[in-house]
Amino acid sequence: MAVTVKIPTPLRGLTLNQDTASVEAADVTACVAALEGLFPGMRERLVDEVGEIRRFVNIYVNGEDVRFLSGTTTPLKSGDEVSIVPAVAGGA
Amino acid sequence: MSFAKALRCRECGREYPLDPIFSCEFCFGPLEVAYDLDGIRAAVSRDSIAAGPATIWRYAPFLPCDPQYKVDLGTGYTPLIKADRLAKAIGLDTLWIKNDTVNPTWSFKDRVVSIAIARAREFGFTAIACASTGNLANSVAAHAAGAGMECFVFIPDDLEQGKVVGSGIYNPTVVKVRGSYDDVNRLCTELSMQYPWAFVNINVRPYYAEGSRTIGFEIAEQLGWRTPDHIVAPMASGSMYTKIWKALQEFNKAGLIDAPKTRMSGAQAAGCSPITTAFEKGTLNFTPQKPNTIAKSLAIGNPADGYYALKQMQETNGGAEMVTDDEVIEGIKLLAETEGIWAETAGGVTIGCLKKMVASGFIKRGEETVAIISGGGLKTLEAVVGAVEEPLHVDPRIASFEEANRARKGVLVGAQA
Repeated sequence: MAVTVKIPTPLRGLTLNQDTASVEAADVTACVAALEGLFPGMRERLVDEVGEIRRFVNIYVNGEDVRFLSGTTTPLKSGDEVSIVPAVAGGA
Repeated sequence: MSFAKALRCRECGREYPLDPIFSCEFCFGPLEVAYDLDGIRAAVSRDSIAAGPATIWRYAPFLPCDPQYKVDLGTGYTPLIKADRLAKAIGLDTLWIKNDTVNPTWSFKDRVVSIAIARAREFGFTAIACASTGNLANSVAAHAAGAGMECFVFIPDDLEQGKVVGSGIYNPTVVKVRGSYDDVNRLCTELSMQYPWAFVNINVRPYYAEGSRTIGFEIAEQLGWRTPDHIVAPMASGSMYTKIWKALQEFNKAGLIDAPKTRMSGAQAAGCSPITTAFEKGTLNFTPQKPNTIAKSLAIGNPADGYYALKQMQETNGGAEMVTDDEVIEGIKLLAETEGIWAETAGGVTIGCLKKMVASGFIKRGEETVAIISGGGLKTLEAVVGAVEEPLHVDPRIASFEEANRARKGVLVGAQA
């Protein structure tokens, strides 16, 4: 069940500049937990105390914003690509 | 010189050096330029500004870049036009149109790009790029051409021809992405972490976004160093809407105007209305949407500054409105027919929303109002091509003209007895 996670620049301090990670996870919440296991401190950057994705973090599964899927319970399967992207980009 | 002194996270207040970064490493909040406001206050006066060029560079002490790196196509200081006929048509005593259709690439984006390209050059980037709904791409491509920089513009693949050709003419690499603007934006955010390019609205965004403040500076100066009761601005990401208000507050802190009491309202199309929908629900947390509107320049379903736009509505006792695509076209036509100003679809959104807010009493007749018209109509010809009167088609004979004119009007108008 390995999924690939793309790590954005602001989080690469936690990953020793690794820009992707491979984790075993059945959904987005499990993915965040797995990242925390690999890179302690990651969880609090991504989600709040109740596990909701933080305001300025966007998470995509295979290019789709998880808010259009099932949020943090969006299921993951082997080969999926999870992208973590800062939300404060674009527009004018 | 610039009085910019640091980047500061809008959420947690952490400060960063003036680098090409845009997001707080701790809370992911947006980084914003912090200024030495005392320095600005000492450096500027109404007279010093009034003696400057008739462009955004008259406000150079307020801008987060060194003007020696600028690419000056003549952006800004656009007309503020008293719109008496439109005011009467919709029921306002005093209405002004901030006519940003007359910028070098016919939209307000020249303001933000002017800052972004100056900063990009100062940083030493040799390539410039953007994620765009069209207008931004046009402006980035034009300024890159002026600077001789390599240029990549990324756009959704359903844009109006005027906006596609309007980039291509400057010979950048135009990349049409299969997807919506939000897809384009995600792609570019990921690319920005791999390519050593200045993405104007991603890694250079803190500087770029400040360019929209010049709209607010100009409104205050052009009104005679004062602020209006109400401003209505179009909202895509919500950035321009928030920066106009920031500008009025900074002018006050610089001692140029009294404390602004302006109510700030925003306009969206019903087919892409995440900010207005959240406002109507009374929440600061918008839900992203999949856009479906002819107002493609405002078709951002996941607005980066949506949260701050919603906070600003509360803070200024402003509001948000939305209009259907038919109302967008009506708004374009109303502005054109009453004031002689042809706006693109975003202008139709602004006028349509303004009209609704006056009709509902949200904007009172006596409130002096400024409407921001952010881009020119030739760029979105498709939106109105079927909505204007067909020309009379005549033979080159007076009788033929009169016959055709009579058939249209029912009466013979304007003929000499």
